[in-house]
Amino acid sequence: MPASFMPSAQEMMRFLPETLLTLAGVFLMVLEAIMAPENKGRLKAFALFALAAALAAAVIAYNDPGPAFNRLLIIDGFATFFRVLVIGVAILAVLGSSQYLAREGANPGEYWALVLFSVVGQSLMVTSNELIMIFIGLEISSIASYVLAGYLRDDARNSESALKYFLLGSFATGFLLYGVAWIYGLTGTTDLSQIRADLANRDISNSMMMIGAACALMFVGFAFKVSAAPFQVWAPDVYQGAPSPVAAFLSSGPKAAAFAMFLRVFVTAFEPVADRWEPIVWASALVTMIVGNFAALRQTNVKRLMAYSSIAHAGYVMVAVATHSKLGIEAAMFYLAAYALTNLGAFAVITCLVGKGERFVEIKDLAGLGARQPLSAAMLTIFLLSLIGVPLTGGFFGKFYIFKAALDARLIWLTVLGLLNSAVAAYYYLRILVVMYMEEPGDTVENTQEMGGALKFVLVGSAVATLVIGTFPSLLLDVASRYAVLGR
Amino acid sequence: MILNTILFLPLLGFLMLLFMHQRIARQFALWFSLGIFVSSLSLIWPVLANPGDMSFVTNTIWVAYPEIRFHIGLDGLSLWLVILTTLLTPLAILVSWKYIRDRVTLYYGYLLLLEFGLIGVFVSLDMFLFYVFWEVCLVPMYFLIGIWGHDRRIYAAVKFFLYTMAGSVLMLAAIIWLYLKTGTFDYFAILNQIRSGQVAISPLEQTLMFLAFFFSFAIKVPLFPLHTWLPDAHVEAPTAGSVMLASVMLKMGTYGLVRFCLPLFPEAARANANWIAGLAIVGIIYGALVAMVQPNMKKLVAYSSVSHLGFVVLGIFSFNQQGLDGAVYQMLNHGISTGALFMLVGYLYERQHSLEIKDYGGVATPAPILTTIFVITTLASIGLPTLNNFIGEYLVLQGAAQANFGWAVGAAVGVILSACYMLWMVQRTFYGETPDSVAHHVTDIGKREFIAIAPLLVLMVWMGMYSQSFLPAVSASNAKILEQTKVQATRSVPAEVANAR
Repeated sequence: MPASFMPSAQEMMRFLPETLLTLAGVFLMVLEAIMAPENKGRLKAFALFALAAALAAAVIAYNDPGPAFNRLLIIDGFATFFRVLVIGVAILAVLGSSQYLAREGANPGEYWALVLFSVVGQSLMVTSNELIMIFIGLEISSIASYVLAGYLRDDARNSESALKYFLLGSFATGFLLYGVAWIYGLTGTTDLSQIRADLANRDISNSMMMIGAACALMFVGFAFKVSAAPFQVWAPDVYQGAPSPVAAFLSSGPKAAAFAMFLRVFVTAFEPVADRWEPIVWASALVTMIVGNFAALRQTNVKRLMAYSSIAHAGYVMVAVATHSKLGIEAAMFYLAAYALTNLGAFAVITCLVGKGERFVEIKDLAGLGARQPLSAAMLTIFLLSLIGVPLTGGFFGKFYIFKAALDARLIWLTVLGLLNSAVAAYYYLRILVVMYMEEPGDTVENTQEMGGALKFVLVGSAVATLVIGTFPSLLLDVASRYAVLGR
Repeated sequence: MILNTILFLPLLGFLMLLFMHQRIARQFALWFSLGIFVSSLSLIWPVLANPGDMSFVTNTIWVAYPEIRFHIGLDGLSLWLVILTTLLTPLAILVSWKYIRDRVTLYYGYLLLLEFGLIGVFVSLDMFLFYVFWEVCLVPMYFLIGIWGHDRRIYAAVKFFLYTMAGSVLMLAAIIWLYLKTGTFDYFAILNQIRSGQVAISPLEQTLMFLAFFFSFAIKVPLFPLHTWLPDAHVEAPTAGSVMLASVMLKMGTYGLVRFCLPLFPEAARANANWIAGLAIVGIIYGALVAMVQPNMKKLVAYSSVSHLGFVVLGIFSFNQQGLDGAVYQMLNHGISTGALFMLVGYLYERQHSLEIKDYGGVATPAPILTTIFVITTLASIGLPTLNNFIGEYLVLQGAAQANFGWAVGAAVGVILSACYMLWMVQRTFYGETPDSVAHHVTDIGKREFIAIAPLLVLMVWMGMYSQSFLPAVSASNAKILEQTKVQATRSVPAEVANAR
């Protein structure tokens, strides 16, 4: 195929969301520098507007699906679903951040720009059809995330979090890149479809060691990004140290994007050797669930507990990856969307409650919340029940679809152990409920802040959405199953 | 349509209560739940006309893929359990009238939400829907125990939640497995496929699925040795919580055994009947012995529940008409008499603020009517002829004797023991010397308290004297269920066994 380096208008349309977000991000940086301080409130509106436009562009782009830029990118249903998801998460994250940033007296202009850049990276990750592009998307997203994690640079916890995230993240990305190089050396291509074709056609028994090693190297990179065992150790420290709204964002958007690329690479390119990597993902899924849930049992810090909970939930999604079936992909899509909603909502409550300087981050600081702030407590109850997986919440159907897909793929032991794990998980979520409703408030909590309008919107919106997809899961599952199309 | 309304009205009531002012909450809850009870009475006659089949069936799609149907219906087995639920909810509200002062709207809201879940469990004919309601029941009861309970309420609430959750996730796995085999969650569709032999389920699979369901139900019943959550939950729960827990929630487990475990996995059920009956008998005797040494009244009643529910399980696994009829009848009886006992213990607690038997004595002097009611309830509970429990226990014993005479002997020991521990408790509490504190604090039963317990007293006598009003509907359903387990069993007799005959 003769390379034509001038992209067509059609291709530019497919790439429009990223273009818009990049321009808006750069524009925000410039505005931040020249704008009078009292007008800076408008920057948030601008960021929201840019995200909304990108969301619309992502939906429109799917009217004309197909590859772009010499097949570096591909706009298929799968990419569109995750594009919409990560942009939606960013919108909620922006809404949920402003009150926090105002309280901490932080300068928010560059914060919005960083969120936008992170979304650009995530969006590239989910649309890439090629290993180098995946790497570039991952780096764009990660570097913005590293900065966000240390956004309040005067706070030692933030700096610690950012530094850990950066060092370990770069190390893991190095593994990924090394894996890409091996794959290129073995197959002579970085295009996912061609890798697949190459692996399917050749007699791979001779080079199995090499292919296995390449897969393993890439697995390390991906597992780090989704915080799957044994590469999950960074997550608690980073989420605990990062500002609460950033922790909410990091555990929803980038994680969903990382799972999207994980699924795309392993189910598209490495499908021919699926029987070789399935046991590895199987074991990783099990260990991730166990480590996440059992470590969460002993936590006293709410943010750290949520971090371990997010590890455990990554384990459930890994079960879906291990199925490497269409059902599994649908289930993972459903789960990640439901989890993002629940998680953002739960963090919205935490964001409000921790108080200035994040002083009230222990579980016991939630004592008596049910009496003090009935609305927050009721909404947090819904989120926690969804995280436990009680019926009529989104989290329940997410788990149900994943374990159904797993039984369908005959992963019986993984299903039984996973379900028992989710019963263990109930314990630490219940502990929060216990503290909120059944214990008297301590003396530390008198000065919690009223919840602002935007935060309240995030809170109530995600709670309602959690209940709606828990009662009528078809609304979301239909979308997931229609869009679970991986262009090849 | 009526059944739909009755199912969803409590949910509506719960939502309305969330936005209601404290002052009118309990009035609203009481009249609302009474309304539900009265309208639920209209379910009785159509079901009685044809108790073996499902009436009031609604069958529509709830979730398109994988197809989960909103399939509900009522037959002779579920009818009385639904009525029991709708009857006990207003009584539970009445019992809480003065005792609950804190977060009133939420409290009555949770009682109505619990009613919604319980009715849902008893009417669901889709396995998945059943599971959903099963879990829905968990949340309000967890909060009822955890927020309004006594000192160790948090421990009890969490234990209750985790025990049930651990059992139910296994049931979920089995439900999904059944779906993958049959392609449907619909109970009757699955049953037809299994009975007609369209799906091949190996004996190992059947045993595993049976055990998954059984384990989940046995925790809820609770069957010895899975009963340890029950005394904690009962002792710590507020009175209304104990009443709902003992009277209705425990029946979810036994109902599940009758409705799902026997017809779906008949061979496995029969193959495992021996050790299950053994555990039931151990539970009967163990529960009675432990009840005998309890210094705490509520704990005593709780352990008596373990003992009584052992009878129910024994009746179910006798695999004959008498046993099954007795088991289902005993489910209702236990709901009424133990519910009444918990109410009465609650009345005493509100007066004396103690559950310890040693803090009482000679209550009969200051409170003669309360004592009379307590004695009647006790006599019902220990199975005195002309009162309700006698019929159920007799049928269970007869059924058990038909299946295996040894079982009946073991269970009969429990009947004797139950008389010992109950009467001894009554003697220590109500007769003898009256300490000053009792004479001081204990007053006779009030009007509201009497109204709350009167329906149960009437039922104790009615169900004991004229079981014909209730039993035929139950028998008709049970006959059908028994038929389903038999057909299967004869079809699958291995060839060599048949030849040997």
